[in-house]
Amino acid sequence: MGRTLAEKVWDDHVVRRAEGEPDLLYIDLHLLHEVTSPQAFDGLRLNGRQVRRTDLTIATEDHNTPTLDIDKPIADPVSRTQLETLRKNCAEFGVRLHPLGDVEQGVVHVVGPQLGLTQPGTTVVCGDSHTSTHGAFGALAFGIGTSQVEHVLATQTLPLARPKTMAITVDGELPADVTAKDLILAVIAKIGTGGGQGYVIEYRGPAIEKLSMEARMTVCNMSIEAGARAGMIAPDRTTFDYLQGRDHAPSGADWDAAVEYWQTLRTDDDAVFDHEVRIDGASLAPFVTWGTNPAQGAPLSASVPDPASFDDPSDRLAAEKALEYMGLHAGQPLREVKVDTVFVGSCTNGRIEDLRAAASIVEGRQVADGVRMLVVPGSVRVALQAVAEGLDKVFTASGAEWRHAGCSMCLGMNPDQLAPGERSASTSNRNFEGRQGKGGRTHLVSPQVAAATAVLGHLASPADLTDADARTAVEA
Amino acid sequence: MEAFTTHTGRAVPLRRGNVDTDQIIPAHWLKKVTRNGFEDGLFEAWRKDGSFVLNQPERAGATVLLAGPDFGTGSSREHAVWALQNYGFKAVVSSRFADIFRGNSLKNGLLTVVLPQETVEQLWKLTEADPTVEVTVDLVAREVRAEGRDGVTVAAAFELDDNARWRLLEGLDDISLTLANEADITTYERSRPAHKPSTVQV
Ligand code: SF4
Repeated sequence: MGRTLAEKVWDDHVVRRAEGEPDLLYIDLHLLHEVTSPQAFDGLRLNGRQVRRTDLTIATEDHNTPTLDIDKPIADPVSRTQLETLRKNCAEFGVRLHPLGDVEQGVVHVVGPQLGLTQPGTTVVCGDSHTSTHGAFGALAFGIGTSQVEHVLATQTLPLARPKTMAITVDGELPADVTAKDLILAVIAKIGTGGGQGYVIEYRGPAIEKLSMEARMTVCNMSIEAGARAGMIAPDRTTFDYLQGRDHAPSGADWDAAVEYWQTLRTDDDAVFDHEVRIDGASLAPFVTWGTNPAQGAPLSASVPDPASFDDPSDRLAAEKALEYMGLHAGQPLREVKVDTVFVGSCTNGRIEDLRAAASIVEGRQVADGVRMLVVPGSVRVALQAVAEGLDKVFTASGAEWRHAGCSMCLGMNPDQLAPGERSASTSNRNFEGRQGKGGRTHLVSPQVAAATAVLGHLASPADLTDADARTAVEA
Repeated sequence: MEAFTTHTGRAVPLRRGNVDTDQIIPAHWLKKVTRNGFEDGLFEAWRKDGSFVLNQPERAGATVLLAGPDFGTGSSREHAVWALQNYGFKAVVSSRFADIFRGNSLKNGLLTVVLPQETVEQLWKLTEADPTVEVTVDLVAREVRAEGRDGVTVAAAFELDDNARWRLLEGLDDISLTLANEADITTYERSRPAHKPSTVQV
């Protein structure tokens, strides 16, 4: 019987298989950041162990880093200690680090792909659940806990139970105003936050094949929000073109050998998935969340649902709690929800195509009065590219704030946070209670919806903008 | 890792589904570089509400958390497991756990037990009616038991694969187990293709 993409990559990494034991899987690439690694390095020290493969390990600073005044010492002493701990650990154990201020610094899931380290058919892990992002290249990539970080540092392997496989096939063509973010939000709303539990999801079908590499990363990034172990997309010409010439992509004869291997990484026609979901791409529309988990979403044209409309009692209770927290009421049109803050950034939507999309919408327009818009590039490289294209000027001319690279308001570990009761439209991935600051209320959106929302001051899509919005901006 | 064989203690019925790890331990706690000292961060936002179940005096000292479905979703932060353990929890019961959380908990000796939602519901009722009811989580027999004051009992078998159970019962360290097969790793490394990525600076 044929095998799925996930099964092929899994099989190629089995170091040891024994009856009644989890498979021991080899890890090709281990990404580190400051938050989930300190206790792992402590564990190594305690047991007198070394990092087995420093040449397969790389670290960057992202979660705690400020997005303003980065040349000054970090104000928060606890954040500073955590960054200093990473620097000390990397120096002691010989791990390559891109610290704040370095040209390769940025959100770990933006940095790996742009360096060309994330490659098809590799296993990639990081102490961060959005490691699923790297699956866009046909890599088997998943988030791990700190004990597993220590395990990979010490052994370059992980004992793991073989996951089940799920296919999510997106047929047809996405309408012109529908982005990868809308697609994945709709998928999560359909299958739920636990729908992918125990599975590796493979996204496939014509609508997926047409996505750019960056859009594919947006889709795979949010696999974890459906509870999946990982998300993958089979590598193709788009993948190879993105990789060729990058710093760590293979070259010469290695490139040819790699491409030959990568071309075998497709699910066989006679392979069987444990579960299949089909979605009609043409039926999708711009999508936003109204609740406090990423599955609580609806098309922007819809209204806030009535909790009583949910059949499942725990969904009903969750909806009631969510509306209370979010300060919304059933039947309220989502387009009328006013926001205080717009955040464009994160490992979901902080890449150059996302910034271009947002910039093209605010260009010649003004951010609405009383709305604060933060634009935080996913990495320094993304920032430099945006500056080269003049996007930073477009943002600042419209009244948005152009910041330094990092996770920023995606999780509010640095000073970029919502105040209690404040409401945001955010291109990040989690609308959990307090995620962007204590008492903050988050609506997950695409960069396009974020930008239109910034201009109008309420949840909106670019189609809601008129020429008049642009004219007022010019007069003002 | 601490071994787990069987544990008996009072319980906290947490009638909420989709409890994500941002709720279990908010991000600002993640700046700490230790594995302990997280107890005050556990469910921090909800504990501000005096009526939250964990704040009820009769729940003080409880060690078994009875949670709704999809417990531990979201971030991979192992701090969520440490916070539960630092607070004093030994076991968590739910009808469904997020994968990463479950993996993290078993690596730390916090037993996560999957039971059908109807059974969780029964345990909720039993422990809500009488906070002094003790719940036994028995890994040897793979069974959860509780007896209410009026003689109502719950006894439910749970599944946990033999290998995970054995590692918990013995309190084994995964890294040592893996390193016992180090020769296999070396053999595998010899056959890795040359085109695989390396992080060595170019
Ligand atoms: S951008 Fe957000 S989701 Fe991504 S790694 Fe940073 S904190 Fe996590």
